[in-house]
Amino acid sequence: MDHFPSNWGRPRNDAIDQYATYPIHSRPKDSFAEGVQRTQQPIVTGTSVLAFKFKDGIMMAADTLASYGSLARFKDVQRLHAVGNHTVVGAGGDMSDFQYIQNLLEQLIVDEISAQDHHTLSPAEIHEYLSQVMYARRSKIDPLWNSLLVGGFKDGEKYQPSNPRRPLPLTVYLRFLAYVDLLGTTYSASTLATGYGAHIAQPLLRKAVESREEILTEEQALKIMEACMKVLFYRDARSLNKYQVATITKDGVKISDSKTLDTSWSFAENIRGYGAQTQ
Amino acid sequence: MPGSMVAMTQPVQQSFNPYTENGGTILAIAGSDFSVIAGDTRQSEGYSIQTRYAPKVFRLTDKAVLAVNGFAADGNMFVKKVKQRLEWYRHAHAKDMPIRAIARLIQTMLYARRFFPYYVYNILGGIEEDGTGAVYSFDPVGSYERETCRAAGAAQSLVQPFLDNQIYFKNQTPAAGTQFPQHLPLTSVLPLVIDSFTSATERHIEVGDGLEIYVVVASGSTSLQGLQNLRGVQEVTGTTDGERVFVIRRELKKD
Amino acid sequence: MNSSSIYRPAGFDFSNEIRNNFLHEKGLPLPGATSTGTTIVGCLFKDGIVLGADTRATEGPIVADKNCEKIHYITESIRCCGAGTAADTEFTTALISSNMEMHALQTGRKPRVVTAMTMLKQMLHRYQGHIGAALVLGGVDITGPQLFTIHPHGSTDKLPYVTMGSGSLAAMAMFESSWKPNMEREEALTLVKAAIAAGIFNDLGSGSNVDACIITATGTEMLRNVEMPNQRVQKERDYKFRRGTTAWRKEDIRQLIVQEHTKPVGGDEMDTS
Repeated sequence: MDHFPSNWGRPRNDAIDQYATYPIHSRPKDSFAEGVQRTQQPIVTGTSVLAFKFKDGIMMAADTLASYGSLARFKDVQRLHAVGNHTVVGAGGDMSDFQYIQNLLEQLIVDEISAQDHHTLSPAEIHEYLSQVMYARRSKIDPLWNSLLVGGFKDGEKYQPSNPRRPLPLTVYLRFLAYVDLLGTTYSASTLATGYGAHIAQPLLRKAVESREEILTEEQALKIMEACMKVLFYRDARSLNKYQVATITKDGVKISDSKTLDTSWSFAENIRGYGAQTQ
Repeated sequence: MPGSMVAMTQPVQQSFNPYTENGGTILAIAGSDFSVIAGDTRQSEGYSIQTRYAPKVFRLTDKAVLAVNGFAADGNMFVKKVKQRLEWYRHAHAKDMPIRAIARLIQTMLYARRFFPYYVYNILGGIEEDGTGAVYSFDPVGSYERETCRAAGAAQSLVQPFLDNQIYFKNQTPAAGTQFPQHLPLTSVLPLVIDSFTSATERHIEVGDGLEIYVVVASGSTSLQGLQNLRGVQEVTGTTDGERVFVIRRELKKD
Repeated sequence: MNSSSIYRPAGFDFSNEIRNNFLHEKGLPLPGATSTGTTIVGCLFKDGIVLGADTRATEGPIVADKNCEKIHYITESIRCCGAGTAADTEFTTALISSNMEMHALQTGRKPRVVTAMTMLKQMLHRYQGHIGAALVLGGVDITGPQLFTIHPHGSTDKLPYVTMGSGSLAAMAMFESSWKPNMEREEALTLVKAAIAAGIFNDLGSGSNVDACIITATGTEMLRNVEMPNQRVQKERDYKFRRGTTAWRKEDIRQLIVQEHTKPVGGDEMDTS
């Protein structure tokens, strides 16, 4: 039985898959499909986002470059976005999709304020919202081509592995840090990195941060972040030596002005050729 | 070659793949009046570790624990939807859904997505209404079966033969005049589970970091003794129905 | 066959290539080779080179060898770390090692690292990347300490610190954040160990132990399993099987020692006079 009245009494069209019996990859095309724009590949892209937990909250960083393929197209784009007073979302991947996500989050905050119920969205709730949006879009085969980090300071219980042997200080239950990407994959850890950062910066972050989350001060955290951004600038060809840092603590969200990295290339002076050359 | 000519004249559209694999392994073993459901806690993609702690085993009720493995996003969504359906059942019937019914529910939920499947292998463990330990295992589109033990995931091919040998006593002949037991006691099952995971960690690159073992015990079971003073055990029972649920957490190698 | 000659040319045998390509097109999968999905590094310091490697060998997601050796001998003062197809790295380094020895005997001098590097790159380039060896070559010769990487297609790099394999990014991150010129021996060894450890714990293709090799003008020190951070924990149970566990269909005991009984017939002995 065809439940769509507009189809009743019309000649059967076997070219249209009425009961969705084909697997998605070989499903006949909808005539209007070409009128719909889908992100099949990212166009203007941002590279890694880094974030980790420290004593008083979460620190997150991203450089300010938006690339167009291998062209460094926009060199002053902010990729860290504050949501309310407790949360920051950092994005890698397609920048137009990120702007759409920013718009969604802005609407979400407006709706929340309009309710006037003294409830504000927590980082965990914002992460849950984003993961539902991302998973729903991937399920429509129309993904938002991003990897996002959500960091915040309000409620962290959801992702805390409980360890009964060691009672943890209160901040542990307030810090929140989690990841979500274009497939809707989510996870949480005390150090997170997207894109190339997952390969290059994550080893450094794990070494510097793991088991010291309760000790690291903001100054120490900033030093670690700078060291990682520097290594990323040395080795990620789609990165820039200009970046911003967000800190989320009990005092709320603070996103810095862009900082410039101090890099050294002096080692190159002594390198001659790639083999037997000496001059 | 004609194939390579096409590649040269027009760019091939690399289409979006809505799936990925996130590694890890799960297993469950049923005893006569208990059930053990375990999974490692590493989540990976390719050669990268995404996190060293992402649970794959979830308590549904005090009688049922579900382990999910495969594509993590689908797994989390699926668990969320199962929990939602169980909540509705509680509101409608003022009791927890029996595990036999949860198994059938999971089958229909999986088959509903026959042509865009949840890329997830499910193992459901717990206590049946008659008080016996149960394990149900599923394929991604809903084919299921009640068994005594099952391993799934990345290291299934390493762990299942071991379990067949040690639980079902496959390829072992009993001593003359004796018989192998139908069910093993909890004190034998737990070491087998731990050894399964430490061994899988040795030989499979996607298994490691942490181990979470859920133990569901029928009311009045003798298995309770010795469980409570085990290293790293924590009780997570939610109701006073009689069945009790425990989690045992262990470290696994991190390389 | 049109040739009955027993002559076989030197080098690889390509006689099955057409058959194998045909089978491959028909969908027969090629047998997978053991790969050293690896972390290998090299580092220049004040008086020499430190090479480092993890010890995991993989076949897809399965660990094939938990403690393999990836630092190969070229000459006494030249060593080579190999990543990629295990067989290719082993045979390539063994061949070049042999040729280096011949070269040394012919010239009557200690061979140079650039010589090994040139031999390796020319061989790999000749095979257009089909020999899947990614190498880190290091050593000390008359011109001082030398460090190179050689890619499977034959390109080379000459840098003060290098990394290769699936864990190369993790290891390179350590170098980029901590390497400095003119390090002391111990400092360099610590850095190399940290770089390999970064690979072991962050890259699934790398694991188990750390091997290191310190080469200076005064000698070569091979530090096998210098760090073992991944020892297996004790098993919870003992898996000894009762005697008689394995079933059998038929028992047949044969005496393997041949016994011969000789029975002299008649009384006449051999005439030995």
